[in-house]
Amino acid sequence: MIAPLLALENLVKRFGGLAAVDGVSLALPGGGIIGLIGPNGAGKTTLFSLIAGSETPNDGRVLFDGEDITRLPPNARAARGVGRTFQITQPFAGLSVRENIAVGAYLRHPRRDDARARAVQVAERVGLGGRLDAPASDLTVSGRKRLEVARALATEPKLLLLDEVLAGLNPSEVRDFAPVVRAIAAEGVTVLMIEHVMQAVMSLCAHLYVLAQGRLIAEGSPLEVTGDPRVIEAYLGKGAARRLETEAAHG
Amino acid sequence: MSLRPYLPILAVAVLLAGVVSIENSNAFANGMVTAMIAALAGYGWNLLGGYGGQYSFGHAAFFGAGAYVDAILQMRYGVNAYVAFALGASAAGLVGLVVGYLAFRAGLRGSYFALITLAFAESMRVVANAASITGGAAGTLIKLDPAPANFQFQSRLPFLWIAIALVAFAMMLTRAIERRRFGAYLIAVRENEAAARALGVDALRVKLQATVISAALTGLAGALYAQYFLFVDASIAFGPGISIEALAGPIIGGLGTVFGPLVGALALHALGELARSIAGRLPGVDLALYGALLILAVAVARDGLQGLAIDVARKWRVRTA
Repeated sequence: MIAPLLALENLVKRFGGLAAVDGVSLALPGGGIIGLIGPNGAGKTTLFSLIAGSETPNDGRVLFDGEDITRLPPNARAARGVGRTFQITQPFAGLSVRENIAVGAYLRHPRRDDARARAVQVAERVGLGGRLDAPASDLTVSGRKRLEVARALATEPKLLLLDEVLAGLNPSEVRDFAPVVRAIAAEGVTVLMIEHVMQAVMSLCAHLYVLAQGRLIAEGSPLEVTGDPRVIEAYLGKGAARRLETEAAHG
Repeated sequence: MSLRPYLPILAVAVLLAGVVSIENSNAFANGMVTAMIAALAGYGWNLLGGYGGQYSFGHAAFFGAGAYVDAILQMRYGVNAYVAFALGASAAGLVGLVVGYLAFRAGLRGSYFALITLAFAESMRVVANAASITGGAAGTLIKLDPAPANFQFQSRLPFLWIAIALVAFAMMLTRAIERRRFGAYLIAVRENEAAARALGVDALRVKLQATVISAALTGLAGALYAQYFLFVDASIAFGPGISIEALAGPIIGGLGTVFGPLVGALALHALGELARSIAGRLPGVDLALYGALLILAVAVARDGLQGLAIDVARKWRVRTA
């Protein structure tokens, strides 16, 4: 049996009395774009932090490529192939776009010339090719989101965690960005994305996990999940459920 | 490896060596040696503070370790002056490793890191002032025996050249680090440690390596001090004065730049001399001036004199264009 790329076993993370993540288990075989959705405060970002290593769980295990990485620091996980972006973008503000991406590229390309050349390639893939020498602090919201993705991608991850990279973008920016995510997955990177922009989730993701109050309440294809009454209850709310029904009836 | 990024450094070093060879009055030479020692200490501080964003208030701990080890090895153990000099810098690096490990393992940053470094320097000052191996409050004298083999010279000029060469070495080291993965990682840690770690940067290791190199460079300055003045005592070697000089130079000259610490050290020494010549030998007038300049630098010229010069040049070019 081939080990799944990522397996979470009964993960628990408590902040004081609050269980942000409360017994989550899942297994990603690897490949494709997988969505992680859920209402605000469901524990999605905390789950990402547990996978990427910026938080350690109170209980449970994180297995990556069959190895237990539960206690490894974030940098060691990045070296094994876990890449992540931050919901609140964290650019190296004083550095240029190229330098920002090169920091990620240095992980697999220790020589400066190689890392910088690699940074240019990655910048082009996410549509930042024309802004290489711009200071990261000059980028727009959309540019910063792209930079987050570029930096993580430059580490050449096997698993890429995208934390709301589409949030805050206007509809045309979302349309421009979706193909970038699709291209990343097409090259064999498994993408796990937290997203609120439902239209994008529906079109991008083959499989969805739904988190509510720290627990996984449903999983499946976008259609299955959005039809699930528990999900409608927890995530979409009753009004939205009615709207979906009428849309379905008219579509 | 291309030499081009290093040519401006060589040019500055040759220029400095030329200036001190032409104008070699005793007072000027003396001032230049002190300025070069301060610049060297500043280069040490700049690596950790300017590039790594870890502001130490206690680089005297490394300066003093370099100075004392250099002096004690020669006087008590008859070690060759050049070997003692190198060992002094290495010992400072070792002190850096210990201080860095304790501080960064405990997750100290910002003002907590500044305070812990200050505490280390101060406790080393107290110990050096009381211990017998350091000569206690009397300090340690290196025996006057001018001969090139003893790293002592009849005239000041050869010493001045060596000091300039060491500053040039520090500048080249800084440039080389800037252009390597280590330098990129160090700057990434300064800019955003969490983001850097997510990209595979072992922040603890990077900060420790930076502290060791930083401490060794500042220790080199301390050993140079001991070798020039042939005397070390606790308040000179481990006193807060040298910690302030080590950070004031880079901040005033230009943080996290190759030329900043040199520009800052020269500017501070020139102004210190000027202040002394105007206000007479009023004790502490130069320190008061340093303080005022630091506040000015932080308030109006975040990138130091070097940044200010670049800004002015840019504005001037725009106006004349």
